[in-house]
Amino acid sequence: MNPVATPAAPHAPHTSHLEPGEGQPGTVREHHDHHELGFFRKWIFSVDHKVIGLQFLFSGLVFLALGGMMAMAIRYQLAWPWRPMPGLAWMFPATGGAITPEFYTMLFTMHGTIMIFFVMIPLLTGAFGNFLIPLMIGAPDMAFPKLNMFGYWTMIPAFFFMILGFFVEGGHAAGGWTSYPPLSTIEAAAPGSLSGQTCWLMGLTWVGVSSMMGAVNYVTTIVKMRAPGLTMMRLPLSIWGLMITSLLQLFALPVLTAASIMQLLDRVLNTGFFTPTNLLVNNLTPDSFAYGSEAAAAGGQPLLWQHLFWFYSHPAVYILVLPAMGFTSDILAIHARKPIFGYKPMVYSMSAIAGLGFIVWGHHMFTSGMNPALGMTFMVSTVMIALPSAIKVFNWLGTLWGGRIHLRTPMLFACAFVSMFIIGGLSGIWMAATPVDIYIHDTYIVVAHFHYVVFAGSLFAIFAAIYHWFPKMFGRLMNETVGKIHFVGSFIFTNMTFYMMHQLGVAGLMRRTADPYAYDVYAHLQPINEFITISAFCMFAWQIFFVLNFFHSMFWGKRVGRNPWKAASLEWDAPSPPGHGNFDHQLEVYRGAYEFGSPEVEEDYIPQTRKI
Amino acid sequence: MRYLFTLLLFLVPALGVWTFVEADRWQLWFPQNVSSFGGEIDRLFNIIMYMVAFTFIVTEVCLAWFVFKYSAKNETKGAFTHGSHKLEMVWTAIPAVALLFIAFIQMRTWADIKFEGNFPKDGEYTREKPIAEVWASQFDWRIRYPGDDGVLGTVDDLERSWEFVVPVDTKIVFNLRTRDVIHSFFVPEFRLKQDALPGHTIPMWFEAKKEGIYDLICAELCGWGHYKMSGRVTVVSKEEFAKRMSEIKAEWFSNGKELGE
Amino acid sequence: MNISPAAIPAYDPAVDAPRPHHPIYDYDSGPPVNRGKFAIWLFLATEIMFFTGLIGTYIVLRMGSATWPDPADRLAVDITALNTFFLICSSATMVKGVERAMLGDNGGLIKWLALTVLIGSIFVGIQAYEYTELIKDGNLPNVDIFWSTFYAMTGFHGIHVAVGVIWNLCILIAAIFRKIPQEKYMKVELAGLYWHFVDLVWVLLFTIVYLM
Repeated sequence: MNPVATPAAPHAPHTSHLEPGEGQPGTVREHHDHHELGFFRKWIFSVDHKVIGLQFLFSGLVFLALGGMMAMAIRYQLAWPWRPMPGLAWMFPATGGAITPEFYTMLFTMHGTIMIFFVMIPLLTGAFGNFLIPLMIGAPDMAFPKLNMFGYWTMIPAFFFMILGFFVEGGHAAGGWTSYPPLSTIEAAAPGSLSGQTCWLMGLTWVGVSSMMGAVNYVTTIVKMRAPGLTMMRLPLSIWGLMITSLLQLFALPVLTAASIMQLLDRVLNTGFFTPTNLLVNNLTPDSFAYGSEAAAAGGQPLLWQHLFWFYSHPAVYILVLPAMGFTSDILAIHARKPIFGYKPMVYSMSAIAGLGFIVWGHHMFTSGMNPALGMTFMVSTVMIALPSAIKVFNWLGTLWGGRIHLRTPMLFACAFVSMFIIGGLSGIWMAATPVDIYIHDTYIVVAHFHYVVFAGSLFAIFAAIYHWFPKMFGRLMNETVGKIHFVGSFIFTNMTFYMMHQLGVAGLMRRTADPYAYDVYAHLQPINEFITISAFCMFAWQIFFVLNFFHSMFWGKRVGRNPWKAASLEWDAPSPPGHGNFDHQLEVYRGAYEFGSPEVEEDYIPQTRKI
Repeated sequence: MRYLFTLLLFLVPALGVWTFVEADRWQLWFPQNVSSFGGEIDRLFNIIMYMVAFTFIVTEVCLAWFVFKYSAKNETKGAFTHGSHKLEMVWTAIPAVALLFIAFIQMRTWADIKFEGNFPKDGEYTREKPIAEVWASQFDWRIRYPGDDGVLGTVDDLERSWEFVVPVDTKIVFNLRTRDVIHSFFVPEFRLKQDALPGHTIPMWFEAKKEGIYDLICAELCGWGHYKMSGRVTVVSKEEFAKRMSEIKAEWFSNGKELGE
Repeated sequence: MNISPAAIPAYDPAVDAPRPHHPIYDYDSGPPVNRGKFAIWLFLATEIMFFTGLIGTYIVLRMGSATWPDPADRLAVDITALNTFFLICSSATMVKGVERAMLGDNGGLIKWLALTVLIGSIFVGIQAYEYTELIKDGNLPNVDIFWSTFYAMTGFHGIHVAVGVIWNLCILIAAIFRKIPQEKYMKVELAGLYWHFVDLVWVLLFTIVYLM
């Protein structure tokens, strides 16, 4: 154990309050290398943050494919209602493969649930949070590696329950991803509210436990394990995004956990948190619609669930986009060879988004029967949350201005993120305006809005991040040409899929309807839905370029060194891929992560660790 | 290649604006408006749309232009700047004012439609004396009229399923209720949408300006049959309305139903 | 100074190969608190939000109800008041235990921690007894909204106390068989923080559910 002189500034070493085995401040530990871990120790029971990050990445991508297939089925039904679906004849033999309305409600419920809780959150915070945080702050691992492992392992019961739900009687949950009671709590209300909803709630609770463990770990790691000299205001914006996201999860998620447990109790123990009095479902009174023969309590409030649910799920929207904003900021600066424009405003605006994110949840409930005076206050807070988002967009444009842009695949996806986020952000203003929202609430304009933010925004940022950090993960580059083909197709087909949904929404088309053309007002919208569906199929099929590129490059991509992009942040100081303990030399940070094109040196970038 | 990528980024605002301009011609725009406050909602939508369109075009064109211009020569160093305090101030203050403006112009309309204090007070129908109670249940609409005595919940109440008949040019106040799960009362032509909440009676009002038959759509997921939970609102002249009410009454009491059943 | 896209440097073993036999560099930053303590505070923040969700639900449902039974008619307030007193005492014994551990007094730690575990178990026992008596009288959670909220709030608190007892028990066993040296006193302090939190939540719950 050789104590290493810890350099100046805010990282004064302190030797009290130590937890041996968790790492001594300012010290080095002996490296236990040269013992190869077996397959199971390395890939399954790993405590290494990089491996856990990859576990999240792979399971996230598998669920992305599953959720994507559901989206295709939804689109098929919307273009050609009740036409037999190719390949589903075995499931619906009576109709030759045409799906049932029950199945359709289950499809969009599970599409939303899987994409949010099993794809976007695990990919952004689970995969990239795990992989990037220790590397970008110069730490050897997370603060609590075992807790980190449990964080992934608690996802296993979540996966189990979410998959199990498809095979129980009545099918999976079918109350929408928002699961509004009494539809979701009362068995007689929907087939999916038999056992499927219970599986859904169990799965959600386990995801919550996993996210909570992750969030505690991330914040502790970022605050307590930064390399000497790496002050908070020198952190890359990815880390800021992940840290603010973790704080949102810490403070908002437990409320959803409490709410979903209460809904679970409503279903299993027949409590009455969300069951109002005088309900009559399928001609059954509360006395008889509970599980078994037991009567259910009444006197609860369905609206309470909506408040609790959106108290988490609105911040969750920022959980889905803040890390993506961080990745985009880093990638834009690196590939435009220019310091990020307005670093501090970027940090402050992310914090403002998170702070305001806690007081805007009511905008999901303007038409719900909530007190209209509350609607007015929620409108003002919601409109104001567009301000920090606008500041971020202007700063990204400022970063590009005067840069020396290299249009590599990660940069293309990052630019696409900015472009798509502008659309998604601006369309949100309509929804924030209460009178306008009376008309457009729950129409396709809402669908367009959140798909522009989460799909065309966050998922494009995830693609950018995969292309960008792939060399760090596997020591190899992804193929540029195939990557560009992937980008061009994805960009075109994504816009063809989602853009016209704005106009569908203005025409009044409701979401979550299996066959909208039964209504006279919607009958003429079928051709445009057909166009959207064909675009969606093309977009889904186009991802084959990504899959092939990803797996091919993992093994046969071009081998590159530590810093292929000539980036300045700390992770590029580690070997590619980093070994156990990440860094093979001592770090000392002298500046922020965005010193590109500085006249001080001959090269066009100064790594954070270089002393001048 | 950079021409292609710039073109793609530039096509976003170009095609984006074009589709909005042409949407009306493709019948992808608002259905006709027949309610008294619908025009106001459309106007607010359009005000926001013009402000949004301006921002959209400026930012997207800047993005495309910057990508094109600054990817041309990347062998040298770019501008070395960490930001500008002045610019940050400008692009914080201007959007802040614009956003507050958007928020404030909404309030009047919102209050007019939703606040109970602003409900019609002097007309034929008021908060205390609604024209009917609209009941939602899986998966149909039932409209309960108060009958001759004009009071709901008495023995002479009439029930009409599926069709909500109202007189034209009259301020209609009605109560929205649900028997089971959450539903939502949505008539696109009225620009009116409101969830029905179990255990609550929610008052609503509108004034139809044009006779006709309009689709009544359930706008909140209510189970497997949500897509077919349709009804209709029939707007008729005042004379016709009286006639229709007596028909409804005759029909209701002729179905073997006794008074008070 | 060629920085064009074509210039992604090729793999150079001299620079890019990982150096063998390097030590693990582990730095400390931020406020001078132990990592475990920092994390437990974050964890307690999530717990606060969890109970906020439950208590908020209780308040909203109670406000929204036309009538609400007087808790004194339905619950044995006196026994639970005694139980509350026990739990507060156990916080005091926990403080003494942590203090002993800080001084490296393993014997004192065992004594005070055992007392804490004992009182905690008594609390859980009395609560279990209360539950069985209530259930015997037919007061199940599905009877009405009062019982729904009662069981949810006290039940989740009970689970937290049980977890705290088990946690303390684990430390007690470690202290008996392996001793807890002075520099590892943080183990005890973390459990203590959790225990005080559980205690504090109970005071709040008791006031709201039993007294108001």
